[in-house]
Amino acid sequence: MSTTIESLVNREYQYGFVSDIESDTVAAGLSEEVVRIISAKKHEPEWLLDWRLKAYRRWLTMKEPHWPNVTYPPIDYQAARYWSAPTSVKPLQSIDDVDPELVRTYEKLGISLNEQKFLSGVAVDAIFDSVSVGTTMKEELASHGVIFCSFGDAVKEHPELVRKYLGSVVPYSDNFFAALNSAVFSDGSFCYVPKGVKCPMELSTYFRINAADTGQFERTLIIADEGASVSYLEGCTAPKRSTNQLHAAVVELVALDNASVKYSTVQNWYAGDEEGKGGIYNFVTKRGKAAGVNSKISWTQVETGSAITWKYPGVLLVGDNSVGEFYSVAVVNNYQQADTGTKMIHIGKNTKSTIVSKGISAGHGNNSYRGRVKVMPRAENARNYTQCDSMLIGNRCGAHTFPYIEVENRTATVEHEASTSKIGEDQIFYCKQRGISAEQAVSMIVSGFCREVFQELPMEFALEAQQLLGITLEGSVG
Amino acid sequence: MLDITALRAGIAEREILKGIDLNIKAGEVHAVMGPNGSGKSTLAQVLAGNPAYEVLGGSATFLGEELLELEPEIRAQKGVFLAFQYPVEIPGVTNAYFLRSAYNEIRKARGEEEVDPLDFLDIIEDRMKLVEMDSSMLNRSVNAGFSGGEKKRNEILQMAVLQPKLAILDETDSGLDIDALRIVAGGVNALRRPDNATIVVTHYQRLLNYIVPDFVHVLANGRIVRSGGKELALELEERGYDWLLDAA
Ligand SMILES: Nc1ncnc2c1ncn2[C@@H]1O[C@H](COP(=O)(O)OP(=O)(O)OP(=O)(O)O)[C@@H](O)[C@H]1O
Ligand SMILES: [Mg+2]
Repeated sequence: MSTTIESLVNREYQYGFVSDIESDTVAAGLSEEVVRIISAKKHEPEWLLDWRLKAYRRWLTMKEPHWPNVTYPPIDYQAARYWSAPTSVKPLQSIDDVDPELVRTYEKLGISLNEQKFLSGVAVDAIFDSVSVGTTMKEELASHGVIFCSFGDAVKEHPELVRKYLGSVVPYSDNFFAALNSAVFSDGSFCYVPKGVKCPMELSTYFRINAADTGQFERTLIIADEGASVSYLEGCTAPKRSTNQLHAAVVELVALDNASVKYSTVQNWYAGDEEGKGGIYNFVTKRGKAAGVNSKISWTQVETGSAITWKYPGVLLVGDNSVGEFYSVAVVNNYQQADTGTKMIHIGKNTKSTIVSKGISAGHGNNSYRGRVKVMPRAENARNYTQCDSMLIGNRCGAHTFPYIEVENRTATVEHEASTSKIGEDQIFYCKQRGISAEQAVSMIVSGFCREVFQELPMEFALEAQQLLGITLEGSVG
Repeated sequence: MLDITALRAGIAEREILKGIDLNIKAGEVHAVMGPNGSGKSTLAQVLAGNPAYEVLGGSATFLGEELLELEPEIRAQKGVFLAFQYPVEIPGVTNAYFLRSAYNEIRKARGEEEVDPLDFLDIIEDRMKLVEMDSSMLNRSVNAGFSGGEKKRNEILQMAVLQPKLAILDETDSGLDIDALRIVAGGVNALRRPDNATIVVTHYQRLLNYIVPDFVHVLANGRIVRSGGKELALELEERGYDWLLDAA
């Protein structure tokens, strides 16, 4: 299995090979008919088709949100394709087929991220154009009772779990993109960790968009049963294309009593070129429900890619003493736009949330932090700490902060700290005087700025994230 | 080793160095003294290549090569080190990581292999003894939250690790307590070799009791107005700068 995924991922960063991959696609456009076709292709049970159709009908009544601080031309939802699956997985013919610039990027990343991950015993699910092409370490995990498989397989093999939790955190009616996803989602990853089990290894999913004009709508559902814990990482890549592609995923996390889920993202979707042409629209809904007492949900994200990022991984702090965390690095360069942040909704007593957001803007990039902290009337002694730092590189970029704080219980403590700094010429000169190049200096200074967030990433990925950051900011300093 | 002729430089349209001539040979220690604002730090920064300053004329050849045309990192890689009068803070980057990066960049430039973090730890621990610095400083961010004296000591630690050919110490003694002064001077002396040279910028003759200079130069209004042996520093201590300024 590992070789299949390796060859798949080795193919990932290439560009010219798109034409020689055979895929099964459904004609462009969205209708009830398309929703039915998708469901049929996946041999889904009736209840799931019904759920999709409800979502579709709801979506028809909704409007695309325009409150984020981003601008883009209108999206024609009838021009996009809602299903594409590779019919076979062929290994890469030759390294010469690969776009040299991507090879360079790849090399800088220390190449086979995946090889390394296999070596370090990380279980990987790879999603290629919305379809899972394989999950590694399945047996090893099964011996611990952990279920880790594609969403499609979960529907077939564990329908009771899927049915119980699907939409329980992000209902299909949640927002425009969540409704769209619920109607047409093609695949994704599923994970269930049973009572009392600490998942013995990192779980990881690689998302890859390949086909042109195809939106990617995957769904991830992770459940940690009582006393269970799991750490999960997703990585994302897409080829360079001059057109924009829509990615509207949904991720739902559930932590029952005394359970914890740690979800980390290293997002490197194609960001568009230096002039802002092309790139992924990353409109994603991610939410965790700290449902049980003493439960914990922690989001860590490193967002370096996408033309536009619009996502607010949040936590519903339902259980008493539950904990929610959000650690984020968002980098924009060239003409990238990011409007990202979190929502912490304190519902139970003694709930605690921590938000650390680091926004970095370079080039003409525009970076907004948007965070909502809400303390409900019954949330006695809720505590929130928010730290929101922005760093500017150059003077054509922008940083914005939009904190929304609503407190309906007098015993709550809510703290918000914010800072904005510029990379100093003096810092760069200091590094150069010690023999370090400007480029390396910037990546070092920025990594230092993001340290609190990187520390939250699983070890194997912290370095990767740091290198990605360096690559994203390449050329941002003269 | 370093040959400065008719060097003129300024900042923001203003000429600060108005023709500096200075010749430094391997193995020598030169002290540069002079009133506040006379251009001592400007000279140090220009030699290190700070882009904030503009070179208006003259030259500075270092080991036979024109220094003023090289990027700052290339100068560093060739062995020029500046201990800053005001060391810069880099939050979140540990001292250990920063030093190892610098050390490896300089090694790479010389065609030598990079050292891994474990081997580097041996090197750095040895150097930390030289400046009597506690190893807990390694895991702190570069200069962030350091006291004035700690920053200066950290500069000397960097110098001890990077082993430059030409070290320029810009008021490394100011802000140091008596013990720290002795330690820092001891470190500088321990690193003195026949094939490297040091420029010591200072206001105080006291430092020169520890780091004994071969030459003392007085900079005033952007020019060297007097050069002499180490006894010149004693004379300045006694008489101040006025008599030289009048002469100039
Ligand atoms: N960035 C700057 N912008 C404007 N003027 C500057 C700048 N840097 C230095 N100067 C001016 O250049 C002159 C020389 O400054 P420099 O720092 O070289 O003096 P110095 O001899 O090192 O003084 P000190 O003994 O106080 O350290 C001063 O008048 C100073 O105000
Ligand atoms: Mg000075």
